[in-house]
Amino acid sequence: MTYVGKPVDRVDGTLKATGAARYAAEFPYPDLAYAALVHATVARGRITRIDAGLARKTPGVVAVITHLNAPAMKPPPKPTPMDLSTMATSSSVSLLNTDEVHWNGQPVAVVVAETLDAAREAAHLVEVEYTELPATVDFAAEEANARPQKNTLLSSANTQKGDAEAALAAAPFSVDLRYTTPGVNHNAIEPHSTTAYWDGDQLVLHDATQNTTWARDQLAIRFDVPKKNVRVISPFVGGAFGGKSLVWPGTVLTALAAKVTGRPVRLMLTRESVYRTVGGRTPSIQRVAIGAEAGGSMTALIHSSVSRVGKVGGWTEQITTVSRHMYDAAALQVRQSLVRLDALPNTIMRAPGESIGSFALESSVDELAYQLGLDPIELRARNEPARNPVDGKAFSHRLLLDCFEQGAKEFGWAERAPQPRATRDGRWLVGMGVAAAYHPAWQFQANLTLRLSADGTVLVRCGFHEMGMGTATAISQITADTLGVPLDAVTIEYGDSDLPGAGTAGASAQTATVTASLLDACEKLTDGVFALARKTPGSPLRGHRRQDVTARDGGLYRDSRGESYGEILRRAGRESIDAQVGSETRLGELTGQVRFMSKFLMDRRRWMKAACGAQFCEVRVDAETGEVRVSRWLGVFDVGRVINTKTAASQLRGGIIMGIGMALAEETLVDPRTGRIVNASLSEYHVPVHADIPTIEVRCLDDPDPTMPLGVVGLGEVSVTGVAAAVANAVHHATGRRIRDLPITLDKLL
Amino acid sequence: MADIRMRVNGSIEKLDVEPRVSLLDALREHLGLTGTKKGCDQGACGACTVLVDGERISSCLALAVQYADRDITTIEGVSDPLQESFVRHDGLQCGYCTPGQICSALGMLAEHAAGMASAVTEHVADEEIELTAEEIRERMSGNLCRCGSYNGIVAAIQESAGSAR
Repeated sequence: MTYVGKPVDRVDGTLKATGAARYAAEFPYPDLAYAALVHATVARGRITRIDAGLARKTPGVVAVITHLNAPAMKPPPKPTPMDLSTMATSSSVSLLNTDEVHWNGQPVAVVVAETLDAAREAAHLVEVEYTELPATVDFAAEEANARPQKNTLLSSANTQKGDAEAALAAAPFSVDLRYTTPGVNHNAIEPHSTTAYWDGDQLVLHDATQNTTWARDQLAIRFDVPKKNVRVISPFVGGAFGGKSLVWPGTVLTALAAKVTGRPVRLMLTRESVYRTVGGRTPSIQRVAIGAEAGGSMTALIHSSVSRVGKVGGWTEQITTVSRHMYDAAALQVRQSLVRLDALPNTIMRAPGESIGSFALESSVDELAYQLGLDPIELRARNEPARNPVDGKAFSHRLLLDCFEQGAKEFGWAERAPQPRATRDGRWLVGMGVAAAYHPAWQFQANLTLRLSADGTVLVRCGFHEMGMGTATAISQITADTLGVPLDAVTIEYGDSDLPGAGTAGASAQTATVTASLLDACEKLTDGVFALARKTPGSPLRGHRRQDVTARDGGLYRDSRGESYGEILRRAGRESIDAQVGSETRLGELTGQVRFMSKFLMDRRRWMKAACGAQFCEVRVDAETGEVRVSRWLGVFDVGRVINTKTAASQLRGGIIMGIGMALAEETLVDPRTGRIVNASLSEYHVPVHADIPTIEVRCLDDPDPTMPLGVVGLGEVSVTGVAAAVANAVHHATGRRIRDLPITLDKLL
Repeated sequence: MADIRMRVNGSIEKLDVEPRVSLLDALREHLGLTGTKKGCDQGACGACTVLVDGERISSCLALAVQYADRDITTIEGVSDPLQESFVRHDGLQCGYCTPGQICSALGMLAEHAAGMASAVTEHVADEEIELTAEEIRERMSGNLCRCGSYNGIVAAIQESAGSAR
């Protein structure tokens, strides 16, 4: 292949590096008005009075919309598997159609003004009074009230194999440990932004979203218009990480404000409004217990978690999933439970579940290794399962031990003195840690059309999303190679709900999802071209069989005989030829959903599919202050085939960096009395900066998974898993201290 | 309202803005120069970095009226090999922090060329401070990249600094 597997530059790199790429708040409209939100200051209650008098008198104010004057919208749809777009409901609250307050920060008014400053000024002048109701907001205090989480079709919260507690009690060696992880926020640098306008009952929305289809369908429901009346456009999204998957209040309220004022309205959330209206990752309390024989073989593995949801909604993370797949323990038990809080619903964030679950599991494995006097990699090797531990299914592909082996060699693992606190460099204590990475492979359903024109160009139309992953680049590469055309002959249209739907950009599934449909469409297209050639007198392909002909050099050829696409089309009198996968009719949508579910369930019966990897970390810890610096990193990954080695490396590094943030700095602080987030800003919530990040080395084994399209497994999330554990294990190696509560800040090491 | 003139990317722009309007909002909302990004609006992320008379500032913390008659360069006015280096080294993913990173890097390279030391400079009195990766990281730490393209950004700046400058 000419392009697949190569370090091709991003097709949109120049647009981004010149500032020409337009994001959701950057589309100009004449007569544009600006919106700002007013947030509730109580966790639960009823609004007894809203005084918008001062706000309305503010020069430039166009409207103040509250529950007293907002037009009625349909309530948010309840999530149901019959209509996947209902999964985009972020909360059950009918915002501005109710006097009820369900979380501290819930929007209770929207101000629309001629200028941004006037909107923000007036928003501060809206006076709201409440009758407060008793609220449950303190996650840690609610642990005892956690209730078991139910298994769902898509994820399993409880599994048991054998009697793990009994096996643990009988084990000659064991650890039984408690971990906590705080809530964290995505903090994409682009705040959630929407520009909306209505033309009669037609709504156009520029929205920062990971799912234009879901956003369209939700808005159609909320505003009671046909889906075809709503168009959601989102070609560039300034980072998302799961935080732009669902439809959050800002999107709906911008559309509402545009309807009320009859003008185009733009709302770019302030950073504070992002924290108050868009959920983050749940905090967790976890228990991991492992029993083992003296030789290291695990006899029991128990992993349980407590996480939270809002009473009005929230994503349940598969925190214990990693423990179902990683180690060949004779007895196994995973359990998840939930507390329900009067709080903003938490949501999907990069590797929901696995990111924090792998912290607890992989830290525990390290502790067990020390107890057994075994190298942590050797302990993992001795427990590497031949089949999926929880149910005996075959792995479609799993090169975890190869990742460890290659990584150990390159990182110099063997030179490490095993005992903690053994290496010192001036004031720095130096340590190395290792952990496994793991994330399941997903594949959804995408519709797609292809057009090949007589000038040799190809147009791919598919409503996927670009938030930095480089999907347009990868899909261009695959298209060019599959049809045998130059890369610059391929144009891709994406990020628009009017395009064939591609579902959500999530679960690390987008490349595999779109690739499957693309390969289908390419085959249909070349079949179509061949059929034209065969029918056309004078074509050198007449009389040949389809299977003997290949797409290459801009046409169809058998050995040296054949001709270019242009020649075939022109000879047949055609300007272009199309191919299509899936359809946008209601029947087409249903067929797509049925196809997805049946493939999903069949695959699930046969295979355990996942990406995995080995994370190697070196830290330097200031012996006096407890300051932790990450000084070296190597991640070796088995992510199936890599389409673009350059963009893949960037995405893998990005996950590792987000994991370093989670390990050392990030924490969304909630006032346990009021439920209010107190560090709702980028100055008080610390994400890694340039100075925190050394050279991050990443390697991919690049071995295609035979069960996935083109062998692509997906790599957006696997790289954040295992990171916090590798850091914590390295901190232990450096200092002799085990920190089981994230983030590992200085105070915990003093 | 205040009538001001400023030179933006080489052309004189007349603006009629309230004194409270930030330079960032003036650029984005009044002049339609949306290449300069808003990430936090409080000087914590660096996405809004522009060059004023060649020096980098956070335009969200600047009032437009303070910059009357000054020479502003936004990403739309930048044409520098550094931009190609960013693409080649993949110093970007979603692209949202990129204009700020690029403007900041240009300002930083000028500071370095002028002999300015940083918190990690070992010998601050040296006439020529070597622009190591560590120096670049320190000097670029006001520009957040949540996608984590830091390695690529540093490589792009190193390449650019090593060639033409």
